[in-house]
Amino acid sequence: MSAAGFFEADGRRLSRGGIMLLMAPFFALILFAFLYPLLSLISISFLEPAPTLDNYQRVFENPVYARVLMRTLRIAVLVTLLSLALSFPVALAMAHARGPKAVFLAACVLLPFWSSVLVRTAAWAVLLQRNGLINQGLQAIGLTSEPLRLLYTQGAVVIAMTHVLMPFMVLPIYGALRNIPPDYGRAAAICGAGPLRAFWEVTLPIAMPGVIGGSILVFLTALGFFITPALLGSPQEMMIATLISQQMREILDWPFAAALVGVLTLFVTAVTLAFSRVFRFDRMMGGHT
Amino acid sequence: MNARTLLLNAYVYAVLAFILVPILIILPMAFSETQYLTFPPQGFTLRWFEEFFNNRRWMDATWFSLRIAALTAVSTAIIGTMATYALVRGAGSLGTIFQALLIGPIVVPHIALAVALYLFFQQSGLSGTTIGYVLAHTIIALPFTVFTVSAALSSVDPALEDAAMSCGATRFTAFRLITLPIILPNVISGALFAFIISFDEPVIAFFLAGIRDKTLPRMMFDDIEQNLTPVIPAIAVLLTVLSISVLLGAAILRRIAARNAVTVDT
Repeated sequence: MSAAGFFEADGRRLSRGGIMLLMAPFFALILFAFLYPLLSLISISFLEPAPTLDNYQRVFENPVYARVLMRTLRIAVLVTLLSLALSFPVALAMAHARGPKAVFLAACVLLPFWSSVLVRTAAWAVLLQRNGLINQGLQAIGLTSEPLRLLYTQGAVVIAMTHVLMPFMVLPIYGALRNIPPDYGRAAAICGAGPLRAFWEVTLPIAMPGVIGGSILVFLTALGFFITPALLGSPQEMMIATLISQQMREILDWPFAAALVGVLTLFVTAVTLAFSRVFRFDRMMGGHT
Repeated sequence: MNARTLLLNAYVYAVLAFILVPILIILPMAFSETQYLTFPPQGFTLRWFEEFFNNRRWMDATWFSLRIAALTAVSTAIIGTMATYALVRGAGSLGTIFQALLIGPIVVPHIALAVALYLFFQQSGLSGTTIGYVLAHTIIALPFTVFTVSAALSSVDPALEDAAMSCGATRFTAFRLITLPIILPNVISGALFAFIISFDEPVIAFFLAGIRDKTLPRMMFDDIEQNLTPVIPAIAVLLTVLSISVLLGAAILRRIAARNAVTVDT
């Protein structure tokens, strides 16, 4: 209450001091537990053992690590495209639905969103194991005579990651689509547009901010995803997050792990900045209530 | 036209099945009598719940996670509400920096933050401490809480505070007696989101954990990696019940908030 003096601003605006005081804990936290730790970790990659770029040279020139980067990029793109293909119709159905159907659809999308990533990953481990449901099903319909190795493959990682990240695609697209007045479709029809043309020229442009926002969000999250590749992926086919973990915890090569974190963080920041005008997270998440 | 709608509906329900089936399949396995996870579950037993509740290590991890999540919820709500209040009451250029920094924890991969904090906490003596986890989880939960709170704050008419202040109230009193009661449901629902985010957080916990101070997600990770026992579906059942009740609570609070907003407007 001793701070009350700061709050005595003229009218609706707070004084400069009041603003600073109120935002101080946030900035202190971000500096102390986010920016400083990240930057000091990345600085290690440039400074150890001596001031050097060797760690970065290794990331890009050693074929083993270059392959990890390419694989990570490929899986992230694949997960993004798959999520988009699965999410768009669902978001469209959510935007058109009314009453109990709307509640049902929202619950279907949100329940997994708020259930643990570990639980969902474990569910896929169970489904994909040697005697799991999917192998049983494949054998029952005669597609294969003996169980296939589905777990610990790239396919398992892609499917489970798509499952985990899909809500991040559905919600922004739904957020963009639910503001379309139904009149628009009718107007397009009156003007002689077929359903396909109406979709192409009316629905899609309105959905675009959500599509771009959701795709960037899923792509960036997929790039650095750790849990699912660590539990369902093959150790021979690492992604960058599992490689960072290995370097950090098993090989104890901190400068190299730091360089990998540097590459990942810089890339993610660059993508965010490049799309900063369309990538408005606050607006995108406005849809989930 | 009709065939197209039918096809679209079929596609949508196929996707919903893809979303729901894995979760619906793992939950009943919690009651299976078999040692390994199999579907359909065989018999019925509560043994795996007993195993969870009677095991010292699972219980320690659960209490540790609950404590971290509760502290994270409180610290996130306080820091988030303070900053958001400044933001909507004319923060100017500082507000722009605030919003830019707020995106940071969303786009920077958790693995990067986890490794950075692992190193930083070792140097600063915070490794293995509750406060270390709370700092880390507050960082990643803050954006979600700020969005929830700002949704309510931006709809509060500043004239209400002006009126109180012109009657002699200080800004703080005006905030406490006028604005805070209006936005409280959103503050609490933001805190609940922070609670769930922290309670479920696996990546940072994976790196920060020592041998004794494991959080629940870290214990689950180890179990899934090593032998995947039916304790995991049992925990999944408990977590699902917890998530649903917390989300329902948050939804009810937001409904109250919406009603408050209407009352204030008229």
